[in-house]
Amino acid sequence: MRLRPPFAMTALTAGLLSAAQVNADSVDLTMYYPVAVGGALTDVVDNLVEEFESEYPDINVEAIYAGNYDDTRVRAMSAMEAGETPQLSVMFSIDLYELIEQNAIVAFDDLVETDEEREWLDGFYPGLMENGQLDGKTYGIPFQRSTIVLFWNKDAFEAAGLDPETPPENWEEMAEMAATVREASGGEQWGVMVPSTGYPYWMFQAFAFQNGHRLMSEDGTEVYFDDPAAVKALEYWVSLATEHDAMPDGTIEWGTLRQNFLEASTAMMWHTTGNLTAVRSEANFDFGVAMLPMKTQRGSPTGGGNFYIFEDATEEEQRAAMTFIRWMTAPERAAAWSIETGYMGVSPAAYETDALQRYVEEFPPAAVARDQLEHGTAELSTYQGGRIRRALDNAVQAALTGQMTPQEALSQAQQEADSVLRRYAR
Amino acid sequence: MSFTNHRKMQLYGALLLLPAALLLTTFAYLPTVTTVINSLFLPGFRGAPTEFVGLENYQVLFDDPTFWKVSRNNLIYAVGTIPTSIALALGMALFVNGKLRGRGFVRMAYFTPTILPMIAAANIWMFFYAPQIGLFNKLLGMLGFSGVNWLGDPSVALSSVIVMSVWKEAGFFMIFYLAALQSMPPELKEAADLEGTSRWSFFWRVTFPLLMPTTLFVLINALINSVRVVDHLFILTKGGPNNATNLLLYYVYENAFSFFDRTTAATITVVILVVLAVVATLKFTILDRRTHYQ
Repeated sequence: MRLRPPFAMTALTAGLLSAAQVNADSVDLTMYYPVAVGGALTDVVDNLVEEFESEYPDINVEAIYAGNYDDTRVRAMSAMEAGETPQLSVMFSIDLYELIEQNAIVAFDDLVETDEEREWLDGFYPGLMENGQLDGKTYGIPFQRSTIVLFWNKDAFEAAGLDPETPPENWEEMAEMAATVREASGGEQWGVMVPSTGYPYWMFQAFAFQNGHRLMSEDGTEVYFDDPAAVKALEYWVSLATEHDAMPDGTIEWGTLRQNFLEASTAMMWHTTGNLTAVRSEANFDFGVAMLPMKTQRGSPTGGGNFYIFEDATEEEQRAAMTFIRWMTAPERAAAWSIETGYMGVSPAAYETDALQRYVEEFPPAAVARDQLEHGTAELSTYQGGRIRRALDNAVQAALTGQMTPQEALSQAQQEADSVLRRYAR
Repeated sequence: MSFTNHRKMQLYGALLLLPAALLLTTFAYLPTVTTVINSLFLPGFRGAPTEFVGLENYQVLFDDPTFWKVSRNNLIYAVGTIPTSIALALGMALFVNGKLRGRGFVRMAYFTPTILPMIAAANIWMFFYAPQIGLFNKLLGMLGFSGVNWLGDPSVALSSVIVMSVWKEAGFFMIFYLAALQSMPPELKEAADLEGTSRWSFFWRVTFPLLMPTTLFVLINALINSVRVVDHLFILTKGGPNNATNLLLYYVYENAFSFFDRTTAATITVVILVVLAVVATLKFTILDRRTHYQ
């Protein structure tokens, strides 16, 4: 009788053989990355990776789409626990403290060798580097980065008798304009929507910062949620619905907000600039993009994902990963990525490329997120970040749904945060 | 049977059991044991060694108001989904079991929600529920009512999640009832007709008792599902607003992966396991004895 090895065995043998035949110098990298705004961004990433591999034949990159930011962190962390750590990943820029606490990542300062590489490290917008740095070292390289911007529907403004070319400059104007739209539409259209599911803390941080208040300490060991400036910020947010009748009651869904805006059921929305390209291709009305309105100052937290390199990778893999990250963040690629998505070009050099310069000229909203960076602040990031953000999320939602006053809600969040952070505050 | 033959048979039996035993050990028993162990230890701060703390983690958990809120939510969720989806499933099964035009189509329509992946279903419902642009509020608007913020208002958010779950589950349970109804001997109906029994008392005296094993099976499934639910919360509400729709398993997930607090996650898991074990015991001791198997 003839022996037939089972299929799995054959495949395994074949796999081993072919692995042995591959050039001994080649490096295999696995990378997880998230998409938080929907759309066909996975295709964009796949194309970039393919292009990279043809330029660097001895480095193979397997890019794995891993869901939203939280899912990606979960995937990477569980892979790490299973001993299958990826060599690099794109993760939430604010995952830094957790990753450091788990000894998961390495600092880029320890990897760079040449002057050219050091120069690359200094080439990004400092505002985008803030979330990726701790104790003077850089652990995260900006990739799909954003700020919150104000999208407004020019047609709706015109219909309400407002100047379609003038977005609100400050809080009072935004509330007034929003109320005007609401009234002029006979209650058919809302004035403004700020999403309060998904990432409520992020939006709240913008309000607080516009009121001159920063919610956390530089070293991530303390938060200041119940400061009068923060309470006032939350009161303003709540008042948009309760006092001005310009925003719907209850929470507003992050995931459907873009559709709300596209169907003109709201005249303004606050959303990540990562939506820009999608809004541009789908809107059948004239729209504009502006910096967020101010109270005492302009402001928006930065957001989005950074590249990280993992500790468990071999030195050779870490070098290869850095080569890949340098390639991905090079000005031309950063420019192309920004055009395809709406995310920011991460370095000044990206905005100096022909491609992005031409694009900004033809479509000025593409530069708003960058211009706003000057008024940016680091995204809320502390030790025990998940729990702290959740406490603040709950407070914001409790206030918006009328379960608590802003003062009560923020005091409670502060208490919760204090007890969680107790052991980190020296 | 000779001795060696006997041994052979035993070995044969053991080998047959082996795959299942291996799978169960790897994916059920071992994780259960490690979870119980994890719930008794506290990991050290910044890399310090773990420390045995006995039942302290349980003490901390029972002092956590969010845990009680989430448990209460889950109870409401179970009470809201289980009887409704079972009753609905039975009703639908009786309906499509009868003689009716386009029966195949109706059956398919009822079953469709079941074959949709949970995440896809949740994404569809998110747009049903969306204020302003959502289907439900558009319908309400046509009737002249102002809309409801289905998922954003804490007083209705959990009910909205429950409604979606019932929609998703009822069709699945219907299949079991339909199968049971079709395997029911027609003589019973004929005999009842001869006796002049009303449809109502035939249902209560004959059909329903004979469906009891199915009901029990469906009940257990519904119960498991009510504890297992986690996926559509990711899409619909993320447990918000302010924990209004947070359920036990989602809370476990949050603790384990958003907060990196494996200890608390393990502790909650053990509590869930204990509760389910109690329920299972009740099922075997009480319900099973009252169930008529044909």
